[in-house]
Amino acid sequence: MSIVSSLGAGQNATLDALRNGRGGLKPCSFETVTLDTHIGEVAGLEDILLPPELASYDCRNNRLAEMALHQDGFADAVAAARERYGADRIGVFLGTSTSGILSAELAFRARDPQTGALPAAFSFATTHSTGSLADFVRHRLGLEGPAFVVSSACATTSKVFANAARMIATGLCDAAVVGGADSLCLTTLYGFHSLELISPTPCRPFDAERSGVSLGEGAGFALLERAADKPPPGSINLLGAGESNDAHHMSTPHPEGLGARLAMERALASAGLRPTDIDYVNLHGTATSYGDAAEDQAITGLLGTRTPVSSTKGYTGHTLGAAGIVEAIISVLALRTGLIPGSPQTRNLDPALRCRYLLANENGRLDRVMTNSFGFGGSNSSLIFGWAA
Amino acid sequence: MRAYVEGIGLLGPGLPGWADSRAILAGERPYVAAPAVLTASPLLPPAERRRSVPTVKLAMAVGAEALEQAGRDPATVATVFTSSSGDPDTLHQILETLATEERDISPTRFHNSVHNAPAGYWSIATRCREPSTSLSAHDESFQTGLLEAAAEVSADGWTVGLIAYDLPYPEPLNKVRPIAGIFGTALLLTPQPTDRCLARLDIGLSRGGEPVSLMADLGLEALRTGNPTARALPLLAALARVIAGGTPETVMLDLPPGGRVVVRVGAPCR
Repeated sequence: MSIVSSLGAGQNATLDALRNGRGGLKPCSFETVTLDTHIGEVAGLEDILLPPELASYDCRNNRLAEMALHQDGFADAVAAARERYGADRIGVFLGTSTSGILSAELAFRARDPQTGALPAAFSFATTHSTGSLADFVRHRLGLEGPAFVVSSACATTSKVFANAARMIATGLCDAAVVGGADSLCLTTLYGFHSLELISPTPCRPFDAERSGVSLGEGAGFALLERAADKPPPGSINLLGAGESNDAHHMSTPHPEGLGARLAMERALASAGLRPTDIDYVNLHGTATSYGDAAEDQAITGLLGTRTPVSSTKGYTGHTLGAAGIVEAIISVLALRTGLIPGSPQTRNLDPALRCRYLLANENGRLDRVMTNSFGFGGSNSSLIFGWAA
Repeated sequence: MRAYVEGIGLLGPGLPGWADSRAILAGERPYVAAPAVLTASPLLPPAERRRSVPTVKLAMAVGAEALEQAGRDPATVATVFTSSSGDPDTLHQILETLATEERDISPTRFHNSVHNAPAGYWSIATRCREPSTSLSAHDESFQTGLLEAAAEVSADGWTVGLIAYDLPYPEPLNKVRPIAGIFGTALLLTPQPTDRCLARLDIGLSRGGEPVSLMADLGLEALRTGNPTARALPLLAALARVIAGGTPETVMLDLPPGGRVVVRVGAPCR
């Protein structure tokens, strides 16, 4: 598995930031954006070059994916799997919310003043198109199995684990590349601004004075294979996945966190686990007033007030469509290292919220971790990871 | 993967609903193209009805038609939404606004821009909390959506509504991504046959170079290649013939690179 966020590229950079409480949020100077907010921007994307035969896929989102594919030995691990299973037996199930829309935003600014035409260099199918990410990654990794993008807003790169698990269960694939990328763009920055959900200061999940989200970008990938009978030591299993819908509102969560709770209950049921079996929950926790309160209700209603929980969005910002994979990998890193991350900017916990929210890092043995991702449209997803052996 | 079809929804140019289109698809009546008409779903609460955009209207119309035939409470049915794009009008308007000095996006327009907006409206309208996936795979969006829906039926034993839709972009995006007409379709798929079962599908993948199934009628064939969701037409035509008493058929849907989704359409159900 591989990870890239504003904390840095790769697992080690991510762990180092979490250990030292070094967040990735900085005052926004992205492109021509003039909003008073902090963002989690990935450094070095301007220097990423796609291979010449895939040059038409060049856009911020696919560059971010390219960067993540080459962290933590991920591309090599996929190449080895391709040797084992065959290129057509490995699926590619990835998530993004806005894909390469930044390319379309720039193209609309450069329309021909007479005809209104977009610049000739703009390539819709390989950049802006929602499916472009899976197409790019499949080509880049030389895979020929089924491939699609799931775009269920901010739950999307969590949900792809369930899609891949199903495809493997049916026998259509032997393994799958899951994860995805979501990159900064004007649509989401100005869109969240229009909803009055953007915080002027680095976000403070679960704080009494929380004032909204800090947006970020990120990418990550994991190679999912059928669980082995005799797994090598240190292997991690996806133990359960749960999905649900709020059926409440397009951009506001159910006030009692009903859909969120249902996703967690379904993840537990699919894993055959009880609520007390979960040692840590990486929350969705975006630092909006409503969202954190709804998730707190869902967590305390199902798990009680003893399970340690935290949101790592104070570190990375809300990476939107990438939040599922970024936080799934942070959760697996927590499992592997015993580092349970705290919450950098959160100082005074909201007294109305009752879950055991960690302000500072803790250390301890973890056996099973849960990670939550919720999105617009009331889309909810919850995953559980644990030791295979 | 086996799945049983209990309901079919369809809306496209000259194809105003499954019941009125069956004979055309089966080749018994001539195809005459005429613009498809979209209306806001009566299932939606008034506020959401006002805010609903063309993709939402199209997805809800075909989804409701399939569910109604099946006589299923939509609140109990998982869904797979698939489309090559988010709402074209909404994306166009946001991109135009972002090219101005003010960049003053409307909050409703922003939440309508997410690819899973139809899934969100659907779950609000039907009070459905069952799992829902919103997929996209450019010109293979229907084919991959069918695979995902069949996987949910066969791996998880869910009853699944597959809802596929694609509409044209306004200019200038239409020039760089032309999509022919409005086309949506829906299949209600179940893991076991019931009294309402219309046909049986056996779905798999092939690596062979079998010829892709085409439409005999030139107008329908132009629609098939012009609108990503209309890649479903050969499957719908096979369903129309088999349901009318025809012999089982095998449909080959393109799945690049070098693959096919192979669908064996059979009847009766048991």
